[in-house]
Amino acid sequence: MKAVLLGATSGMGRALSRLLAERGESLFLLGIPADDLSRSAKDLEARGAREVGWLECDLLQPKGFAGALERADQALGGFDLVVVSAGLFGSQERLEADPEFCQKLLAANFANTVAFCEEARKRMLPRGGGTLCVFSSVAGERGRKPVVLYGAAKAGLTRYLEGLDHKFRGEGLVTITVKPGFVKTSMTEGLKPPPFAGDPEGVARQVLRAIDRGTPVVYAPPMWALVMLVIRNLPRFVMRRIGF
Amino acid sequence: MTELSGWGRYPVVEGMERASENFEAATASAALSRGLGRSYGDASLPASPADVVANSRRADRILGFDPGSGVLRAEAGLSLRDLNRVFLRRGWASPVSPGTQYVTLGGMVASDVHGGNHHVAGTFGEHVRSLRMRVADGRVLEVSEQTEPELFRATLGGMGLTGHILEVELKMERIPSAWLYTETRRVADIDDLVETLLESSRRWPMTKTWFDSTQRGPGMGRGFAVMGRWAEAGEAPPQPPLLRERLSVPPLPIGLVNALTVSVFNKLWFHSQSRPRAAIAHPQAFFWPLDGLLHWNRLYGPRGFAQYQCVLPIERDTRVVRRFFAIMTRRGCPSPVSVIKDCGAEGRGLLSFPKPGISIALDVPLRGERTQALVDALNEIVLEAGGRVYMAKDVLTRGTHFRAMEPRLPHFLEVRRKWDPERRLRSALSVRLLGDDV
Repeated sequence: MKAVLLGATSGMGRALSRLLAERGESLFLLGIPADDLSRSAKDLEARGAREVGWLECDLLQPKGFAGALERADQALGGFDLVVVSAGLFGSQERLEADPEFCQKLLAANFANTVAFCEEARKRMLPRGGGTLCVFSSVAGERGRKPVVLYGAAKAGLTRYLEGLDHKFRGEGLVTITVKPGFVKTSMTEGLKPPPFAGDPEGVARQVLRAIDRGTPVVYAPPMWALVMLVIRNLPRFVMRRIGF
Repeated sequence: MTELSGWGRYPVVEGMERASENFEAATASAALSRGLGRSYGDASLPASPADVVANSRRADRILGFDPGSGVLRAEAGLSLRDLNRVFLRRGWASPVSPGTQYVTLGGMVASDVHGGNHHVAGTFGEHVRSLRMRVADGRVLEVSEQTEPELFRATLGGMGLTGHILEVELKMERIPSAWLYTETRRVADIDDLVETLLESSRRWPMTKTWFDSTQRGPGMGRGFAVMGRWAEAGEAPPQPPLLRERLSVPPLPIGLVNALTVSVFNKLWFHSQSRPRAAIAHPQAFFWPLDGLLHWNRLYGPRGFAQYQCVLPIERDTRVVRRFFAIMTRRGCPSPVSVIKDCGAEGRGLLSFPKPGISIALDVPLRGERTQALVDALNEIVLEAGGRVYMAKDVLTRGTHFRAMEPRLPHFLEVRRKWDPERRLRSALSVRLLGDDV
């Protein structure tokens, strides 16, 4: 596989990139800042990646997406896997209090992620497709009090990815939507982990299996599929009362 | 605020822990660093709830490996387990392995860990070439024998009190296979055990023993001696060994480790192998047998346990080991994991634990004053014999005992004074043993 990864320097993206490296795949890292990318590239080389390139690409600067993917394409000789695990997180309190940050988060997690995927799609489709694996969230499953804003962006992203998969799977472009529940990473540092909290390595193993099999939707850890099945079916008057 | 404790689950303190991939930034305002929390007592715990503890476990990138020389550089949070997973199959191993893989490189440096090969390889610190550190005034420096020899040596075994260890550069060991050739032999009592250990250390690169801490009288100190070396490629199975956990202990309302259960367990274990045995062993079974059982510290129940390890010099008199055992068994020491190992030469670290002699490690369930009295009594013998205790495992040693055991302490404190005159870097351990302010 020849993989482009946006956001592989930390958390679940880092864990997934290591599994790919251990299989000897060729990797190209996008993200910020340069120093972090170069350190992660060295790590992945030492762990067995065939080759690792990197380039700065900021999720908040969509103008750079086309150029970055062009460079990745050249370096890898045509990628067939794109993984997007970059994104912003903020608590509902912070997003309500800070409209500027809120605007930034909504743009990064929805509009810009979609723009990045569109660029990737345009490159992969003409050569027969490939796999697009994007980290959304269980927060997008239902309007919930603790994640009104974050969840709204993720809901939009989930729907986009679903549509993409329906429209282009026949042409060879497989879209995988990863919906992590609570996973213990830097993003959730300081929050109290609920009972079914996962770790990045476990999620990465699940996601890699999904990439290999073309599974369209991955709840990680798997228990969250059950939790969200219940949440999706709760009547509104119940959702209005509970704090979850 | 979170609750923090070491592997012995005692003491439990309130603290502010910060884990980040950007460990360097996280250490900027921190009083202490912490890795996987596998030191047993209070070494990785903050001196006060207001102190920030930077956690390194997410800073775990390998920054370079040279297959020609075996030199590896990595961020301090890289675990030995991850290192093994990546390198054992390629024919490289850490030159020194402590009893668990769930330790970080930074923790291995700070405790200057040792293993079954101490008599030939020395401590982990002997294989460390350079460290990247954040010192107390906030600067980030490359620290080695060449650039800052005093600080470097004070940091090996310095329990994180000389600065935050950000990156570690070490020389790995080339191994013929990732499996081990081992021989196991029963020993009848403490004299037989010490003699077997000293004799086999002349011929084997790795030796260790397990003994029955509850047996009194004639069979006192009976157990097994295990000798090992890396298996040659021709002896070993062709496939690399898989590292895995099989079972996990759930939180238990009461401890399962007590005088009765340990006495039964120790007897069964001792009688489980009566004949000498040679075998090809999995590295996990040889080096890290307890890693297969996740959360094994929960077996001791909510009150936790105390680990205790000391070294007794024996060049003047080997009978001190027998005296130590007599006091230990008389007072009652229900320890299921009791290990004796001969130590080789003292290393470079100013406060490194090992010195030539016999090292004894015990874990005992905490039973209030009785356990404190046991540790006090054992420390009296250690002090009299010119030995010392291992800070990474200790939780009950009194500051007065510790200071009396450590003639090297003034030198360490002098280096610490130079780099951290205000004692900004401190831990619950440094309060207990070095007399730092809370």
